[in-house]
Amino acid sequence: MDMILTKPVVDGQKYKSIEVHKLIELNYDLGTLLAEDTNEFDVHHLRKDKNDYLLQLSRDNTQLLINQIWCLPTERIEDAIVAKLPIQKTRLPRMKHIPKPRPLTKWEQFSKAKGIVKKKKAKLSWDEQLKKWVPLFGYKKTQAEREKDWVLEVPANANPMEDQFEKNIQAKSERVAKNELQRLRNIAKSKNIKVPKVGVSNSEVSSAKDLQAAVTVAKASTASLGKFQKELPKEKEAKGVSDITPGASRKRKMPPVLGDVEKRENLAIVDTILNKRPKLNIEKAVARHINNEQVESSSMDRPKSVKKSGRKSKDNFKRPKGNSGQRTGGKSGGGRKRR
Amino acid sequence: MSVWQRVVKPTTRKGKKVLLKKEPQVIEGPKRALFFQGRKCSQKIRGLLEDLYDFKKPDAIKLHRKNDVTIFEDVKPVENMCRKHESPLFMLGSHSKKRPDNVVIGRMFNYNLLDMIELYVDSYEGLKEFAESITLGTKPCLLFNGALWDQTDELKQLKSLFIDFFQRETVDNIRIQGIEHSISFNATPDGKILLRSYKILLKKSGVKTPRVELEEIGPRVDFTLRRSKLADEDLMKEACRKPKELKIGKTKNISTNELGTTHGRIHIGKQEIKKIQTRKMKGLKKTAAERKAEKVRLNRAVKPTTVNGHR
Repeated sequence: MDMILTKPVVDGQKYKSIEVHKLIELNYDLGTLLAEDTNEFDVHHLRKDKNDYLLQLSRDNTQLLINQIWCLPTERIEDAIVAKLPIQKTRLPRMKHIPKPRPLTKWEQFSKAKGIVKKKKAKLSWDEQLKKWVPLFGYKKTQAEREKDWVLEVPANANPMEDQFEKNIQAKSERVAKNELQRLRNIAKSKNIKVPKVGVSNSEVSSAKDLQAAVTVAKASTASLGKFQKELPKEKEAKGVSDITPGASRKRKMPPVLGDVEKRENLAIVDTILNKRPKLNIEKAVARHINNEQVESSSMDRPKSVKKSGRKSKDNFKRPKGNSGQRTGGKSGGGRKRR
Repeated sequence: MSVWQRVVKPTTRKGKKVLLKKEPQVIEGPKRALFFQGRKCSQKIRGLLEDLYDFKKPDAIKLHRKNDVTIFEDVKPVENMCRKHESPLFMLGSHSKKRPDNVVIGRMFNYNLLDMIELYVDSYEGLKEFAESITLGTKPCLLFNGALWDQTDELKQLKSLFIDFFQRETVDNIRIQGIEHSISFNATPDGKILLRSYKILLKKSGVKTPRVELEEIGPRVDFTLRRSKLADEDLMKEACRKPKELKIGKTKNISTNELGTTHGRIHIGKQEIKKIQTRKMKGLKKTAAERKAEKVRLNRAVKPTTVNGHR
């Protein structure tokens, strides 16, 4: 087919040829209008007249590229002939990463794990007390609620001087604030932003754990980082608060060890191990004894299970496990070691 | 304690639109390029930046002030600039005693530096020095001449950078008479990279395909490689990943034969010959008696169920 196409040129000599001869064929990427010529340069010509040589070379290569483009299927769009380009072969890096799906919120994760499916609620519901249809949300719902709660009961153990209406409003605003906080936390989590701990929000809402954390942080918040603070008799230190406790670090810091100090410490450890005597917790032992007796007596009542209990009695003796016994003396509980 | 980074929540509709636009997209538009100067800049480099900015318009921004950046020592300020102007490509021109007439071409991925290459501008003749000109903004033909382009990592990366920089945008269709710009990049054996840009003239050839003639329009630049910071292989792989949505799936039941005819195979359910509507004729029409009989038959089929219901 090429032969037929190029024939008139050879015959007439009127026009210049569109043919170009190359030792190695070019690589084309028509999607990007790109041609790669891997042939060696004619160094002699290049040195003699650089720009002329480059013009010739580029003309030839452009001709080859144009020849390729003219072979592509064409279309007519509004008086213009357009060639349909193939898909780009050259792989170029993207600007930004591929969009990721929105990460699930904490509740969505939980509900997915538990298989909780959201139920659709009706937009209107019949209120027996008011005898009218009340919407699920909106100003009419608020109006209805205000109508319903025109009087509030004071709970028996509540302070009679406390304003129950005020309390309701307070509770509502706190719920809204909590929801907003959770929403922001979800966004922050999805965008990989670090959010500091809130600390202790409200004494009524916070748990014992929160309060313990607050005590630990507050005690360390002195000029001397809590070194001279007195300890309460059964005080425990909160865990996992080292990043908000002043002067605390997650790693234990050991002092530089001197020769004789190290020796003394190691000897002390050896002594404690060698001098160990089995500790007897009388209360626990008595309780176990009584329990065993009871088990035996109950098994006597039921003759069928005698065999089982007999076999079981061997296993009934439990070896004391570590960390379950009571310790005497010293600080109880774990936590950060203070020096 | 760590700094609280606020979650930026748009207050206006317009602000929201801007933020949405900045989010990663499946199909990305043309890459914008940022042109700016370093501490000092020679007239030559300034002209080059201006010319290449003209080539890249309107997907380009040119900054006019000098910037105190040493990009190979600290890339952070440049990353911030590119983030601010939302442009993943950048071109920095500078001039110093140690490295005169310097140009750094680079690109970003996710607002972090992917790769950059420093070039020395050996000689330069601007757009203004050539008589010919073209309507700027057309998609150019890119030519890479020389066997060296595929031989070293640096040149491979530079080729990729040049394609990224000059290809303008990816298109499905192109008006064939509108192809009028050709840029050639030549890697010569003496280690130079010669950039030439030409106007394409399509002449009669006696056949359908036209004869191509070129006329130089400038700029005419000779580069020499200097320092470079190539992309990490893993990062490059990550950056070149194609989204799932754009991957072309397997086409089933469609084939093309040697003559170029497309054949498709389709599935048709079983035909029920008895129910097919054939040609309607007066002679085949049901008579009134026949229709009545059919009605009675249908009623009988229905009746027993109603009786059962009454019981």
